[in-house]
Amino acid sequence: MNSLIPLFIIIPLATAFVIPIIGKLTSSFAKIITPAILLILCYFSISFLLSSNQESYIVGGWQAINDIPIGIYLVLDGFSKLILCIISILGFLVSIYAITYIKEYTSKNNFYALFCLMVAGMNGVVLSGDIFNLFVFLEISVIASYALVAFGVGKKELEASFKYQVLGNIASFLILFSVALLYWQTKTLNIADISNILKTHDSTAFLTFTQILLITGFGLKAAIIPFHAWLPDAHSSAPSPVSAMLSGVLIKAIGVYVIIRLFFNMFVFTYDIAVTITVLGALSMIIGALLAINQKDIKRLLAYSSISQIGYIIIGFGIGMMILSKGGKQSIAVLAIAGSLFHMINHSVFKGLLFLGAGAVEYRTNTRDMGQLGGLSENMPITSTTTLGASMAISGIPPFNGFFSKLIIIIAAVQANLYVLAALAVIVSIITLVYFLKYQKSVFYGENRNFKKVKEVPFAMSFSMIILAILCLGLSLIAIPSVREIVLDQAVNSLIDMDKYINLVIQH
Amino acid sequence: MSLIVKKVAQLITVFIFLYGIYIIVHGHLTPGGGFAGGAILAGAYILQILAFGRDPLHLKKKETGASISESISILTVLILAVVGLFIGTKVFFNNYLPSGKIGELVSAGTIPLYNILIGIEVAAALLTIFLALIIYKEEIE
Repeated sequence: MNSLIPLFIIIPLATAFVIPIIGKLTSSFAKIITPAILLILCYFSISFLLSSNQESYIVGGWQAINDIPIGIYLVLDGFSKLILCIISILGFLVSIYAITYIKEYTSKNNFYALFCLMVAGMNGVVLSGDIFNLFVFLEISVIASYALVAFGVGKKELEASFKYQVLGNIASFLILFSVALLYWQTKTLNIADISNILKTHDSTAFLTFTQILLITGFGLKAAIIPFHAWLPDAHSSAPSPVSAMLSGVLIKAIGVYVIIRLFFNMFVFTYDIAVTITVLGALSMIIGALLAINQKDIKRLLAYSSISQIGYIIIGFGIGMMILSKGGKQSIAVLAIAGSLFHMINHSVFKGLLFLGAGAVEYRTNTRDMGQLGGLSENMPITSTTTLGASMAISGIPPFNGFFSKLIIIIAAVQANLYVLAALAVIVSIITLVYFLKYQKSVFYGENRNFKKVKEVPFAMSFSMIILAILCLGLSLIAIPSVREIVLDQAVNSLIDMDKYINLVIQH
Repeated sequence: MSLIVKKVAQLITVFIFLYGIYIIVHGHLTPGGGFAGGAILAGAYILQILAFGRDPLHLKKKETGASISESISILTVLILAVVGLFIGTKVFFNNYLPSGKIGELVSAGTIPLYNILIGIEVAAALLTIFLALIIYKEEIE
C-alpha cells in the first residue's frame, strides 16, 4: 500500500492541469472527470481508514542519514487518514452538486480546475510531514480558494475576495516567519525531527513567541474569533458548492488540523498555551453564535455559525491539552479529543449540507434575503427536509450526529471540572437552536409571498443533499463504542502519543 | 511606438531570450534556474508586445497558447515524476537518469529536465497574467 500515498496529491493535481487542455475540446469532460477522481480518492481514503497500518513515504527516495531525515516526507497516520476521508467524501458530493449549479456561470473548466487544485493543496497539507512543504501546499489551496471566492466576478464577490486575500496574506506571512524562526532554532524542517530536538530544549521565550505567531497565522486561516473578519464575506459570496467546501473542509484542513498537528506532535505544549487556545475557542463559540442571530442573509448566517462551531472543535482540543499538560487523567483528555474529532466530521457534513441547501434556495429564487423568502417547504420538499435535518443536527437535537459530539465535549468539560465552559457550551447550543429556528421559519415556513411557482432543484443537486442528510443521521453511530474504535481511536492515539508520530518518520 | 523603439526592442529581445535560456539550462550548475530564467523569458515576450501594437484579437490567441503550454509543461513535470514510481527504487520524484559528472552541462539526472519545464511554465504563466491584464484594459476602453 506504500506507493498509494502520493496518489492523493498526484491525481487531483494532474486533473487540475488536464482539464484546461482537454476541456477546450469537449465541454463535458471536466464535470465527469472531477467526481470520478474524487470517487477514487474516497475509495482509497476509506480503505486507509479501515486498515490499521500507519506509514511514512519518502518523496524522491532520499533516505535518512544517521537517523536525521533529509528528504520530503509524506506521513499517513490516524489523524491525517480521518481528514483525508472528510475531504474526499465532501469533495465528491459537492462536485456532483456543482454539475447543475455551475451551469449559470461562464468558464466552467476554470471552476473545476481550481476545485481540483484546492483539493490537491488540502491533501498535501494533511499528508505533509515537513513544515515548509506544508506551507507550500497551504498556499496552493488558499490561492485556488481566493479565485473561487471571486468566481461570480460581481462587485461583492471581488470585495470579499480582496478582503480574504489581504488577511490570508498576512496569515501566510506570519506562518512563513514562524517557519523561518523554527528553522533558525532547530536547523531542520521535518516535523518529527523538530519535535525530537525541542524535547531536549527548555521552554524559552523564543519558542513561546513562535507558538503565538503560529496560533495567529493558522487562527487567521481557521477564522477563530479575533481573526474572523474575512470569513462571513468570503463564505457567503462564493458560489454555494465552494462555500460548502470552504466552510466544511478548508478551514479545518488548513486551520484547525495544522494547529492541532503542530501543538500535539511538534511542540511540547505548556499549560499557558493550552489555556490560550481554549479561551480563543470559547470566544469564537460565543461571539460567533451571538453575531449569527441578527443576520438577514442566509449564507452569512451560516458563515457566522461556522465560526461558532469551529469554537466547539477548538475547546474540545483545548480541554484535552489542558489536562495533558497538567498531567491529569488521560481518559478525560481522550474523551475531549475524541469529541472534538467527532464534531469536526459532523460539522463538515451538516455545514456542507446547509450551504448546499442555501445554494439550492438561491438557485431557484435568486435571492439570499430572509425578508423576501418564506414558505418554500411546499415548493421544495427535498431541500426543506434535508435542511431541517441539518439544522437539528447543528443545534444538537438527538438522534442527529451533532447531539452526540456536543454531548461528548460537554461531558469531558464537566469531568475536567471546567463547569463554566460546559455551561457556556450548553447555552451556545441553545442560541444555535434559536437562530436555526429563525432560519427555518423565514425560509421554509411562514407565508410564501414572492415565490409561489418555484420548483424543486434538479436531481444532481438533490442527490448530494440527500446523501449528506443520511450521513447526518448515520454518523451518530460513531457514538457506539465499537464503531468509535474503528473511526476515531487511531486518530486520538496518534495525537496523544507523541513518540508514535516521531517513530513513524525517523525509524523508517 | 516609433521605428527606433521597435528596432531596438527587436535587437535586444534576442539577447534577453538567449540569456533566459542560459539561466534555465545551467540551473543545476549556477545560481538561478527554472523560475528565474522563466521570468526573463517572459520579459522578452512582454517587451515585444509592448513595442509592437496590441491587437486584442491577436493577443487573445496568444493567451490561449500561453495557458495551454503552461498546463502541458506542468503535466510533463508530473509525468516525469510519476515515471519514477515505476523505475529504479520506485518512489515518486525518483531521480532515475544517470547523474553524470559534476559540473558538466548534461548531468544531475532529471533535474535539468525539471528546470527546463519549470522555465516554460513560469514564462507562460507570467505572460498569461500580463496578457490578461492588457486584454481586460482593451475591453474596458
